[in-house]
Amino acid sequence: MSSRAQVYLLALVFISSGIGLTLYKHLSLNFPLSPGSLTRVWEVEAKVTFWATQDAITVDLALPRSQDTYPIIDETFAASGYGFDIRSEGEQRRALWTRREASGQQTLYYKLKIARQASSSIPIEPLQVSQIPDKLIWTPAQEATANTLISQAHALSADPSSFASQLLKLLNEHESVEGSHSLNDPHQGVSHANLALQLLTRAGVGSHIVRGISLADRVHNEAASELLELYDGQNWKIIDPLTAAFGLPADFFIWQRGGDSLLEIEGGRGSKIRFSLIANDLPAKNVALMHVQEPNSTLVDFNIYSLPVEKQAVFKLLLLVPIGALVVVLFRVFVGIRTSGTFMPVLIAMAFMQTTLLTGVGLLTTLVVVGLWIRSYLSQLDLLMVSRIAAVLIVVVLLMAALSVISYKLGLEQMLNMTFFPMVILAWTIERLSITWEEDGAHEVAIQGLGSLTVAIVAYLAMTNTLVGHLTYNFPELLLAILGIILLLGQYSGYRLNELFRFHSAVES
Amino acid sequence: MWINRHKKLRDAGVLGINERNVSYISRYNQRQNFPLVDNKLQTKKAAVAVNLPVPELLGVIESPAQLKALPTMLRHHQRFVIKPARGSGGKGILVITQRSDEQFFKPSGTALTFADIRHYVSNILSGVYSLGGKPDVAFVEALVEGDPVLGKYAHEGLPDIRIIVFQGFPVMAMLRCPTSDSDGKANLHQGAVGVGLDIARGTALKAVQKDKVVTHHPDTDVKFSDLVIPNWRKLLELAGHCHDFTELGYLGCDIVLDQQRGPLILEVNARPGLFIQVACGIGLRTRLQKIESLARKDWHVDERIDLTLSHFSNSPDSSGPESNDTSL
Repeated sequence: MSSRAQVYLLALVFISSGIGLTLYKHLSLNFPLSPGSLTRVWEVEAKVTFWATQDAITVDLALPRSQDTYPIIDETFAASGYGFDIRSEGEQRRALWTRREASGQQTLYYKLKIARQASSSIPIEPLQVSQIPDKLIWTPAQEATANTLISQAHALSADPSSFASQLLKLLNEHESVEGSHSLNDPHQGVSHANLALQLLTRAGVGSHIVRGISLADRVHNEAASELLELYDGQNWKIIDPLTAAFGLPADFFIWQRGGDSLLEIEGGRGSKIRFSLIANDLPAKNVALMHVQEPNSTLVDFNIYSLPVEKQAVFKLLLLVPIGALVVVLFRVFVGIRTSGTFMPVLIAMAFMQTTLLTGVGLLTTLVVVGLWIRSYLSQLDLLMVSRIAAVLIVVVLLMAALSVISYKLGLEQMLNMTFFPMVILAWTIERLSITWEEDGAHEVAIQGLGSLTVAIVAYLAMTNTLVGHLTYNFPELLLAILGIILLLGQYSGYRLNELFRFHSAVES
Repeated sequence: MWINRHKKLRDAGVLGINERNVSYISRYNQRQNFPLVDNKLQTKKAAVAVNLPVPELLGVIESPAQLKALPTMLRHHQRFVIKPARGSGGKGILVITQRSDEQFFKPSGTALTFADIRHYVSNILSGVYSLGGKPDVAFVEALVEGDPVLGKYAHEGLPDIRIIVFQGFPVMAMLRCPTSDSDGKANLHQGAVGVGLDIARGTALKAVQKDKVVTHHPDTDVKFSDLVIPNWRKLLELAGHCHDFTELGYLGCDIVLDQQRGPLILEVNARPGLFIQVACGIGLRTRLQKIESLARKDWHVDERIDLTLSHFSNSPDSSGPESNDTSL
């Protein structure tokens, strides 16, 4: 294969894998492509309280599952003195706290963070028709009422959905009337949803209770909401037992579908579960990261986020170097600008990032001008070259120290960052420029100096761009795409911009 | 306007730096052959080994310790040149044209002491003039006594002839004439005049100084159009031989004319500049592609010169030399 074909192939592989990985991370792992987007994250705290009865305690709490619309990005459990375990029973996840003996009021916490993902539909997966829950013990009169309600609803409906809807309306009417024979047992006090479930089950409609919470900001000690889900022969449908309205309410986070109960406690009494919520708007990237911590995504595992935070900051800078290199390549290949030292402008641009642009340009110019002046004096002293460059280096350092002190006294803090200037490179640049001055004249020095400065400024602007910074840091695989582009540029055989002028007189006669 | 210029250059077959680098230098010049031409001392020795004429080598200083030997080395020489072996772009060349005891004079008349020269050589050794600042070697060679035929086309310095050689075929040539602007150096971007030459005859086509067409030498006021390089075929042969001993497919060969010894190879450049196209008013690409299209590969140097002479002439009497050469 010819080298040209290899370059094209490599470039294709690099660019497509770079962009492909980026798109994968964006589409599948929800890494945002722009730095600005925010995702709403709720912190939900479930607080379980009960009175211990000095027996062995088992607290069994149903846990929510990650959902497409509301993926769980983090969860923590807190209960001192309790053993803890998570059990999966089919569709259900249950937390189990156990303790041999305790007394007084007990409080257990379960915290989770959920993020809202843009998901088009709310898929409700098929579920086994759950077992019939314990029947309520009804008096014969209550039994008769229940049967009447069922038969009335049956007469007014056509299919399981409309039947359920009619039945719930009838039930609500019945229960709202004062003094009538309530189907509810005043002592046992089952929930309205549970009551409705009893009727539906009795009528032979496969159904179960869906428990969850309405997501709202700053909610304290709220009980779980209960909805019903019924099987109409083809699909599961959610219905609100109070309003008889179908469909999942907006901002509803499903905690438990089917199953026996939300909370079961042995060895305690007066148990309660209450939910508190706080909403936060977090940068979408952080959310995506939290999200992928749990599923084993090697792509994210082998990346910069696994480094300690302070090291990440260093990499943030390093990952920008290829951008600077790209700018240099573009300028040299397409424009044909002359710089002193091929990649020196990138180092200068990195120094500018620390000092800010204007201060940086001012400092650099000062250092180079003073350096050149000193170098011109040193050249009269007939020194060996290494000593001469070292002397220039030391003068540059002294100059930087002096400028630092002066700027600090003047309160110009960002000048203090001038230590980021690559001093050795600077000393060499001064030496080279000085020789260029002697050999080719001040004109050439001006061209090279301005060329370097122009490229450095453009590189600086590219490297400080928020979008560029965001993309290189969060999608380091884009560097592969840059590599591919640079390989392609290495094959570019067209004219440079300056050649259009340089060679112009070759064709004009 | 830019598109227009781009099209004009393309139509004229003008080679750009990118294309030169990608399509010619990296394709035809093996990396391993670069050190020989990047080191002028080695080029000189290699040329001497195959009996090609070069300026006489007077001495070599390889380390600071040998600086002590400098006075002995220079004792009998009045006129000499000190060069860094790896200097690029004509940098670091010190020409001494006159001497009186401890005083050395540059062509401009500036006097140097012995200590100045020592310092200069020590700078060369520490790599001031070499690419990347690598330690270098200095050598002293005899000053070429320029042929008076060309003398009137130069101010102070010595004009040299740059010939671009592609796969052993000389394809384009120009004379570089030092001016007072270029401080006696034959360096075009310092202000030397580039005189494009008809590769078949050694006659002037056009003269350019710093992108401007000139008709007379700015210092000596001699008309360029009368210029004829004597012994032109001999120069082309030397250039052709440069391909053989350097094994470079694309090279620029610099030749000077010595009053006594005739044409001498000064140095060989593996990355010759493209300004020659401006000086000649001709694009290189057509000629390079012509040679690339040749089926036969094993040409003798004489055959290559014959092909150059018959195909790449610019003279008006051969009608459209670039287009009617379909015989191959």
